[in-house]
Amino acid sequence: MSKRFEIRFSGAGGQGLITAGIILAEAATIIEGKHAVQSQSYGPEARGGASKSEVIISDSPIDYPKATVVDACLAMTQESADKYANGIKKGGVLLIDSDFVKNEPKGDFKVYKMPIMRTAKDVVGREIVANVVALGAMIALTDAVSREAGLKAVLSRVPEAFIELNRKAYAQGFEDMKKILG
Amino acid sequence: MAKKVALMQGNEACAHGALYAGCKFFGGYPITPSTEVSEVLSKELPKIGGKFIQMEDEIAAMASVIGASLTGDKCLTASSGPGISLKQELIGYACIAEVPCVIISVMRGGPSTGMPTGPGQSDVMQAKWGTHGDHAAIALAPASVQEIFTETVRAFNLAEKYRMPVQVVYDEIVGHMRERIEFPEPGEIEVIDRAKPSVPPAQYKPYDTSFGDVPPLAAFGTEYRYHVTGLNKAPDGFPTTKAEYVDAEERRQVRKVDGEVGRAGIELNDEYLTDDAEIIIFAYGSTSRSARYAVNELRKEGMKVGLFRPITLWPFPEKRIAALGKQVKAIVVPEMNLGQMNLEVERVVKGACPVLHLGRVDGEPINPGQIMDKVKEVK
Repeated sequence: MSKRFEIRFSGAGGQGLITAGIILAEAATIIEGKHAVQSQSYGPEARGGASKSEVIISDSPIDYPKATVVDACLAMTQESADKYANGIKKGGVLLIDSDFVKNEPKGDFKVYKMPIMRTAKDVVGREIVANVVALGAMIALTDAVSREAGLKAVLSRVPEAFIELNRKAYAQGFEDMKKILG
Repeated sequence: MAKKVALMQGNEACAHGALYAGCKFFGGYPITPSTEVSEVLSKELPKIGGKFIQMEDEIAAMASVIGASLTGDKCLTASSGPGISLKQELIGYACIAEVPCVIISVMRGGPSTGMPTGPGQSDVMQAKWGTHGDHAAIALAPASVQEIFTETVRAFNLAEKYRMPVQVVYDEIVGHMRERIEFPEPGEIEVIDRAKPSVPPAQYKPYDTSFGDVPPLAAFGTEYRYHVTGLNKAPDGFPTTKAEYVDAEERRQVRKVDGEVGRAGIELNDEYLTDDAEIIIFAYGSTSRSARYAVNELRKEGMKVGLFRPITLWPFPEKRIAALGKQVKAIVVPEMNLGQMNLEVERVVKGACPVLHLGRVDGEPINPGQIMDKVKEVK
């Protein structure tokens, strides 16, 4: 059976989670040569509201382009956790931003907590790279793509002036998660 | 040399397909979920000496496409249900005046403004019967990012070859999802240009059927002059009410597409495990991807299920569906509407087997599990 790995990034519109999904899909398909589909759903608001981006990675062509039951989920806000942290596979993983998700979703999956927005703001230096911190953490958590492929995809997306900031954000997210995993 | 690859949205692939086909003009008005088509072309067309115009509304956008096409260029517009509704009068004009052009219809929920950011498949009948009067229609229904590219090229080819508007209809899911695309090299996919007149300007008639069912089309701005109208017309392009002209024109314009010769150059289907199938799923666009997933799962359970995926939606694949109707126990038609293409399947199958419809209109895709459950309802 071909392996189908499903990841969902969710949070508030404008947090860059669709971009995080696109970067992961690029790492998987353009850099690692696997099959990947990225899709999203969002409301009519330009900012705010709950937003989600899903990436499916497989070693064979992908038919159904949306998530069935996800292997891994990220929730950056309480609203997105309530709305999108369902349908996680038994034994799957959920990463929440512990500063914003106070009511932890319950289910047959393992919950990991990181202060993602705070890490971006206080440790990396800019709140705007919270999505890249989260991406680094999700890649460390899931091994969906290699650390190097993820970094390469991040750097190929960002303007010259922001390369170091994003490199730092990605490394911070990745390392923090590795520490949690022990 | 390795081919150029990218991860991109269906809508972006559509724009690149248009450029590959030689599109030189885009006239449009932005609307979710089609806007990325115009975004890419607004950047790319000026680089190749093409023109991009955002008009004051969708009606004017369609008019600009018709006018630009009559100067000899390949022209495109893109919109979604509400905008496509506004374009209908001009689409009919392009039908009767026989003006080549391509219309991209990215389907969301409807009617009216409906659900702008949700997917739908409820504009497939609009692609056939949206404009009034007897007329032929060609509509293509790609199901992947790569296929949106190739079908957009094919839409231009068919528009040029048959001298008429061609629609590419796909749902928001394939329009917005990102997949890997391999860009074909120039020359790898055939690109067709419209037939130009071989007679001198003084002898040219825009609807001269001595050249066949698709008369050559001269470009305005060259020395050829002719009359263009939405009225029924004589071969010279001027209005007429003469019965023999009107009847012959109407029948020819339908025959050029729906006749056997026309169909042979337009119909395109994808069949998956249909040879020994006892149940067929008829599905198009993103729903066909759910259906393929369902077929694989049902086969594991020992059920002989196959998928028929029309890539050309209009003209409808009548002969093949009629044959399959005699082969199988039932045909299941999942689509994101309350019953549209299933009516065509029923019409063609003529009761040879039951046709089960599965409709979903809540803004969510039809998932494989829903299709599997419907297939299991077959007695």
